[in-house]
Amino acid sequence: MDNLRQKAKELLESKTVNLVIGYENGTNGKARAVFITDPEKTGKLIYDERCKQNLAVYLNKHEVKHYGKIAIVAPLMVMRSILVLVSECQVKKENIVALGIGEDGSLLDFPSLEVVEKYVAKIPLGNPQSDQEILDKLNAMTMEQRRAFWQNELERCFKCYACRAACPMCYCLRCTVECNQPQWISAPAHPLGNLEWHMLRTMHLTGRCVSCGDCGRACPLNIPIHLLTMQQAEEAFHMFGVRAGTSMKAESALSTYKPDDKENFIL
Amino acid sequence: MTPEKKIIDRVALDKLYESLKAAGNKMFAPVFRNEQTDFEYNPNASEISYNHIQTTQSVKNTVFPKIENLFRFESSQKGVDLLNIDFTKVPRVVVWNAHPCDAAAFSALDSVFNWDFKDEIYNSRREKLAVIGMSCIKADENCFCTSVDLNPGSVKGSDILLTPLANGTYLAEILTEQGKAIADANASLFTASNGENKEEVLAKVEKQFDHSKVTENLANGFENPFWHEFSLRCIGCGACAYVCPICTCFDIQDESKAGNGRRLRCWDSCGFGLFTLHTSGHNPREIQSQRWRQRVMHKFSYQPDRNEFIGCVGCGRCSRACPVDMNILEQLVALEKLEVAK
Amino acid sequence: MSLSNIYVPYLMEIESITEEAPEVRTFRLKFKNQEEGENFNFKAGQFAEYSVMGGGESTFCIASPPTRAGYLECTFRRTGRVTNALSKLEVGDTVGLRGPYGNIFPIEEWEGKNLLYIAGGIALPPMRCVIWNTIDKREKYKDITIVYGARTVNDLVYKNELKEWEERPDINLITTVDPGGETPEWKGEVGFVPTIVDKVAPKAENTIAIVCGPPIMIKFTFPVLKKLGFADENIFTTLENRMKCGFGKCGRCNVGKYYVCKDGPVFTLSQLNNMPAEY
Repeated sequence: MDNLRQKAKELLESKTVNLVIGYENGTNGKARAVFITDPEKTGKLIYDERCKQNLAVYLNKHEVKHYGKIAIVAPLMVMRSILVLVSECQVKKENIVALGIGEDGSLLDFPSLEVVEKYVAKIPLGNPQSDQEILDKLNAMTMEQRRAFWQNELERCFKCYACRAACPMCYCLRCTVECNQPQWISAPAHPLGNLEWHMLRTMHLTGRCVSCGDCGRACPLNIPIHLLTMQQAEEAFHMFGVRAGTSMKAESALSTYKPDDKENFIL
Repeated sequence: MTPEKKIIDRVALDKLYESLKAAGNKMFAPVFRNEQTDFEYNPNASEISYNHIQTTQSVKNTVFPKIENLFRFESSQKGVDLLNIDFTKVPRVVVWNAHPCDAAAFSALDSVFNWDFKDEIYNSRREKLAVIGMSCIKADENCFCTSVDLNPGSVKGSDILLTPLANGTYLAEILTEQGKAIADANASLFTASNGENKEEVLAKVEKQFDHSKVTENLANGFENPFWHEFSLRCIGCGACAYVCPICTCFDIQDESKAGNGRRLRCWDSCGFGLFTLHTSGHNPREIQSQRWRQRVMHKFSYQPDRNEFIGCVGCGRCSRACPVDMNILEQLVALEKLEVAK
Repeated sequence: MSLSNIYVPYLMEIESITEEAPEVRTFRLKFKNQEEGENFNFKAGQFAEYSVMGGGESTFCIASPPTRAGYLECTFRRTGRVTNALSKLEVGDTVGLRGPYGNIFPIEEWEGKNLLYIAGGIALPPMRCVIWNTIDKREKYKDITIVYGARTVNDLVYKNELKEWEERPDINLITTVDPGGETPEWKGEVGFVPTIVDKVAPKAENTIAIVCGPPIMIKFTFPVLKKLGFADENIFTTLENRMKCGFGKCGRCNVGKYYVCKDGPVFTLSQLNNMPAEY
């Protein structure tokens, strides 16, 4: 932790970056995001098991971009999110310094995002074990059982869009649910509208989700919606051999056409 | 009417619930499910939670549901017909076991839906609503009712307020004509009270700030750097607004197929980026700090000024629901101490 | 209907459609229920919620003056979902209308004064109601000057009425188009509205200025009027914040503690000076 604070302080003092995004102690024992511009305030930074929010969500925020060069505390999910955002031209790689956090919580030295790519390449990727176990159970169900499970869960959604807001990859200024010419999916939070919304969100994140689980954590109604995108992350891997957030040049599984794609009905 | 006090024991309480349900009321009561406690319609008496501190959602659903039919329309060769909603089908609802913060929030909703223009759909639901409140004997660090002129035993908004006493029975304060009608219809379930004091069992919620000082500072704090600093973390979801017992922002949407359909009122949030976007592309509240400021200002400056109520009952739901720890109490305490130029 | 419901609109039939400019149309609407029409009273400045069943609701001013009974007019440009749906309608089709909502131009207080109307582009419609209202009571006002500008000659709306105003000796009409927007036949001014106001330099004494237009035009016109000596309380404008309900509940049109739908849409510059710039 001292290494992290020291490194953040140096980056701000040397004006290598104008802002450090990290975690601090929040209220009631929670950890939360902190935005530091003053080198003297880097002592607020913490890193422990409570630090679960995917901070990459802030990189595309208007007020944050305004700061220019930014250092960000980056456990694996944040590293991968940064790579997705760079590959999708949402952030400039020269504007990001990743303060990498290893699996043991130690500070990693990442002089560039290319080094982040190399680091990620060495780590076995997949869904968190606890989530994969639930997915395995769901996958063992019949389609009718699964449908009933999801209808029951999604019915109570009230469309606060916390799932969307928490996701670094949901950066569209106008989300498809808000496009109304034509109205692609129903806006109201009735069972059909909810089902349509979560299917849409899932499909738009297929091959782009880094399995951080923040959508599910953000849901105030405890709907396990992260399982939807996590399932698709596995599907995309099995079908296209692609894992999101492994390269700054990654091609998105569902928006790239290759002549040798096995779905030859596309053309 | 003069409030009356009676006693009801735990077994009789379940009987009262079943009796109200059997009388045709839709019962809205808290249940522990999906690892959280939340209100739902018509649970069994045995499912009802009595030991939670706070439910995830408020009880505004009963009068301002997340989707409300405003009217239906039908098209034919002769033109368009509008079909008003059938007000006779609005159900009688009993909010069962609502904390005093939730019960108190109804008066704010009444004000919003009735200033100048009377919202008949809201009023039709409200008129058929009874509130059985439950004083709080537990609170947590997010609760701050005492800072907004309420307390864990406030009677405001309840028709009957129950308070769980140390001996396992409940003190029932019968506060309104409607409450009296319920008590009278179930008179055998109640016994006489004997000067029981509810104050000694109520949760201790310390006053954390002076809301009039917050309001005063906000009046001069529009341009304060506070908003930028305290809202960088906000990701702009609607969780706080949707769980809030007083937030009433809404959207109006049409749904139709082949010319037949309905117009709906749906929850919305001033925190969403597109909420105020003009068709021209101009947006009066372009960035999140402006939108967060609007939320706080609306509750603690604009509503006190225009509607003479504080748009907050201190239930703490927004702080609990926020995925990024935008803690309203922390901010209000900071706003009370904010240095503003007069 | 058994119990009234503030969300249920009046049903209006489209009596005629005028193509004003590219994608800009005026509907003349009449009440399907005559009795509703007779009881519908409004004043200049007020707005309504217009809707297509299934296509949604949108907010526009009432563009015809209360002095012309028997019909209501609205003018809109096809841009969003609702205006697209409206554009598909034909004469005889049905439009929903809720209203009237909002405050008014205090035209009775303006009696005996000069009136200076300044409008840009599609913002002439919100002003057309008050312009006709005061023209229809012409004897009550002194000089009436209208400065109206659009991007191009083609974008000027109400072309027939502009001609009528131009020909009237008791109205001083100045039309302008942005540089590059003129045609060889164009005889009006060329230049942005604030520049033309500066050039025309209307007298501030005993004059009320009413300004409607895109935010950028308003922003640059106010200083010109100030320079000419107009007091803030004699400069009026309308705010066009996004709305849904129109009656102070949905929360969209707040500017500080003010609701544009209830306290506006008409505001004086001195009122705006005391409001946060969230419009």
